[in-house]
Amino acid sequence: MSKRQHISATVNGDPVEFLAEPGATLLDALRDDLGLTGSKEGCGSGDCGACSVILDGRLVCSCLVLAVEAEGRRVETIEGMAEGSKLHPLQQKFLEHAALQCGFCTPGLLVSAKALLDANPDPTETEARYWLAGNLCRCTGYDKIIRAVMDAAAELRQEKV
Amino acid sequence: MSDVLERRDAAPLDDGHLKVVGTRPVRPDGADKVTGKAMYGADLAMPGMVVGKILRSPHAHARIVSIDTRKARALPGVKAIVTAADFPDLASEEFEAGESAGNLRDLSQNVMARHVVLYDGHAVAAVAATSSSIADEALALIVVDYEVLPHVTEVEAAMSPDAPVLHAHMFTQGLAVTPDKPSNIAKRNELTRGDLAAAFAEADVTVEGRYTTAAVHQGYIEPHACVASYAADGQCQVWSSSQGQFMIRTYCAKVLNLESSNIRVTPAEIGGGFGGKTTVYLEPVALALSRQCGHPVKMVMTRDEVFRASGPTSAGVMTVKLGAKADGTITAADVVLKFQAGAFEGSPVGAGSMTALACYDIPNFSIVGYDVVTNTPKVAAYRAPGAPISAFAVETAMDELAAKLGMDPLALREKNAVRDGMKASYGPVFKNIGYVETLEAIRSHPHYTAPLGPNQGRGLAVGFWFNIGGESTAAVNINEDGTAVVISGNPDIGGSRASMAMMAAEVLGLPVEKVRPIVADTASIGFSMLTGGSRTTFATGMAVTQASQKIVEDLKRRAAMLMDVSVDQVDWVDGVAVCRDASKGKADLSLAHIAEKSGQTGGPIGAQVSLNAQGAGPGFGVHLCDVEVDPETGHVTVLRYTAAQDVGKAIHPAYVEGQIQGGVAQGVGWALNEEYIFDRTGHMENAGFLDYRVPVASDLPMIDSILVEVANPRHPFGAKGVGEVPIVPPLAAVGNAVSAAIGKRLTDLPMAPPKIRAAIDAG
Repeated sequence: MSKRQHISATVNGDPVEFLAEPGATLLDALRDDLGLTGSKEGCGSGDCGACSVILDGRLVCSCLVLAVEAEGRRVETIEGMAEGSKLHPLQQKFLEHAALQCGFCTPGLLVSAKALLDANPDPTETEARYWLAGNLCRCTGYDKIIRAVMDAAAELRQEKV
Repeated sequence: MSDVLERRDAAPLDDGHLKVVGTRPVRPDGADKVTGKAMYGADLAMPGMVVGKILRSPHAHARIVSIDTRKARALPGVKAIVTAADFPDLASEEFEAGESAGNLRDLSQNVMARHVVLYDGHAVAAVAATSSSIADEALALIVVDYEVLPHVTEVEAAMSPDAPVLHAHMFTQGLAVTPDKPSNIAKRNELTRGDLAAAFAEADVTVEGRYTTAAVHQGYIEPHACVASYAADGQCQVWSSSQGQFMIRTYCAKVLNLESSNIRVTPAEIGGGFGGKTTVYLEPVALALSRQCGHPVKMVMTRDEVFRASGPTSAGVMTVKLGAKADGTITAADVVLKFQAGAFEGSPVGAGSMTALACYDIPNFSIVGYDVVTNTPKVAAYRAPGAPISAFAVETAMDELAAKLGMDPLALREKNAVRDGMKASYGPVFKNIGYVETLEAIRSHPHYTAPLGPNQGRGLAVGFWFNIGGESTAAVNINEDGTAVVISGNPDIGGSRASMAMMAAEVLGLPVEKVRPIVADTASIGFSMLTGGSRTTFATGMAVTQASQKIVEDLKRRAAMLMDVSVDQVDWVDGVAVCRDASKGKADLSLAHIAEKSGQTGGPIGAQVSLNAQGAGPGFGVHLCDVEVDPETGHVTVLRYTAAQDVGKAIHPAYVEGQIQGGVAQGVGWALNEEYIFDRTGHMENAGFLDYRVPVASDLPMIDSILVEVANPRHPFGAKGVGEVPIVPPLAAVGNAVSAAIGKRLTDLPMAPPKIRAAIDAG
């Protein structure tokens, strides 16, 4: 077995250090080494989006990023989305619109939706559907998720005015 | 958005003034689920925990000549290795385990192959090691000597007399004469009524077709996962994601020959199930590994394993012949269903047969079903098991019949619809059904008459599911400050904590925020059948309601003591005890006040109810779908979808809509994309979400859901099961729309672009 490598990174604004096997993914490091189990593994192949995180401002599947690639970089996960006990408008709208059933895909969808609204504060429904096409949800049929995202976008635009 | 149409008799507790039931509060487990705190099957870590992994067969059918684990055992870091030799060799025995029934030997041999592997992905050995990479290395060091046998994966090929036989002990049941040779046909079942031959002879119009559906997976995003710990004194703990902690306990006890009192199962949050988590794959293996090494063992399936070794539901081959009078009255139906069971018997062909014609009043019919084993993963329940498959065949044939009669497809359904008082095709007499109202809801919806453009088509289909009740336990405890805790034993798969809290709050007269629902482990609440059959809101909800009613009676008794009046003088109004005789000048007593004084009136306030709920109301759905087909590529776009369903009473309408929308989405995937593809060696070729494509957000439009509320008087608030009905109609609703769009009848699922192009090219 190859030796583990020492990694320093910033996760949700905090400095972190961990040891990574060469083949371990960022998702493994988040879940197993840092105890951040909000990011989920649904496929391990970048097809379901349940492990979505933002890496240096860019939306990625953390199961497709090697843990060692996180060296010196900034990672944002679902655990960093609320400010203390104040939910992000996306989280609040997901609750109000009943946009989750089992909730397993929810962290990834929220991270992905946040990346969407960071990049495009006023998406059309079609833009939202295509942006979120990398996040599988098997429970909801996406209807309430899309409504929650559009509603949160409207609220965030309102806050900025 | 949803419209709610109400009519007919109210349920016992629905006086038209409900304060909580029927509203849309934020779910009580919501905050944890949007912040990543909720603990699912793979999220638990224990001190000393090791990693368990399974070695799976690369062959679809083979005899296990030998398994040599010596090299793997010698690898540093390997803590335990098990094969079938580490499990009791169980005899064939049918058993009941709450909702589901099964055969003990089959269950055990599906968990770990014994002597023979029956599908690509069948478990043959398992290891536990101190790290994931060591476990992988150990699996590679296990040497299994296989004698590869001929295999069969297709249902009709498996029925052929010269097919390779999977089980030498399997002699077809349900035949007039018991056969003298083993066969892959486990069972033949039959439902008949009237004189079919005479009815066809007299029919003005007949249609006839052959229809096929592919095996599809439930596709829950959370892979199966558990942690199991076996202590030196034989006491076991299991944490796992499943549709029933009591089901896990029962199956682990059976497969490992343990006592239920020695197994405590704690339900993790469940990341989707749809029926696929109503059995065990990992838990007994993890316990066996833990027994050997003394460490807690964590096991998590990869997506590849989920596809190859869990689920799916049956592929089906069906023929349907319908006969009708010129006015559209259907007089005869002949249905044959051949369902793939996978490696062990037990396809849902029985339910497929019983539901096939359940929407129709037909005087003469025959429905014959075959349960057929194949060298593919053993099927598991999938949302209304069997019903979508037979409904695809019958509803496509109905569309053809409507076309041949020159009749509106909805009018044809209305003309032949079952109504209250009619005897269902599967036996009982219908009561309090809302099918006609559901048809009417679609007829009066703007979608029904909206214009269509070029290359577009509209499809209609209907569907039925029984829904069940069954055994449930619930407890309600009043806290010393007058708030409440509701404890039940059903995993919350789609918002049931919310509905439990709402029903308790309604009865107690509390705001829903003051009722905290929890899902307890098997040692902390009495038995409940698993979350399945659309039973939880109905049956467990009934237990919650009755426990709450008991508490209200107790609160009135206690209030009477505190007021010093007789109990018949006390009413419970909106969470407050009120003395009927105002002249007595007694101050109202709040729940908080009574709770605070509980020591003076008999001690803690709580009630538990265990029941076997009867009277679950069957549900009907009517779906309307518009598609556009790109004639160049054969790609189908779903443009518009409207689904109406008789839901009894929607306790939390948003989650009822969610069930309908989710069922539609799964049905659209089944109709257009999803299928198990096997190569010539019987190896699954598309065991991943890239090649097994489930619908994504950009594949679907908004899904309009219409909640038709025809109350079920057997439930305190009128609820009927809602989760399974919505996956029954979509296969044919989509299929009929595609056929309408291209002007050709398509009969095989999935209706992927190559099939559509081929149909168009055939001219």
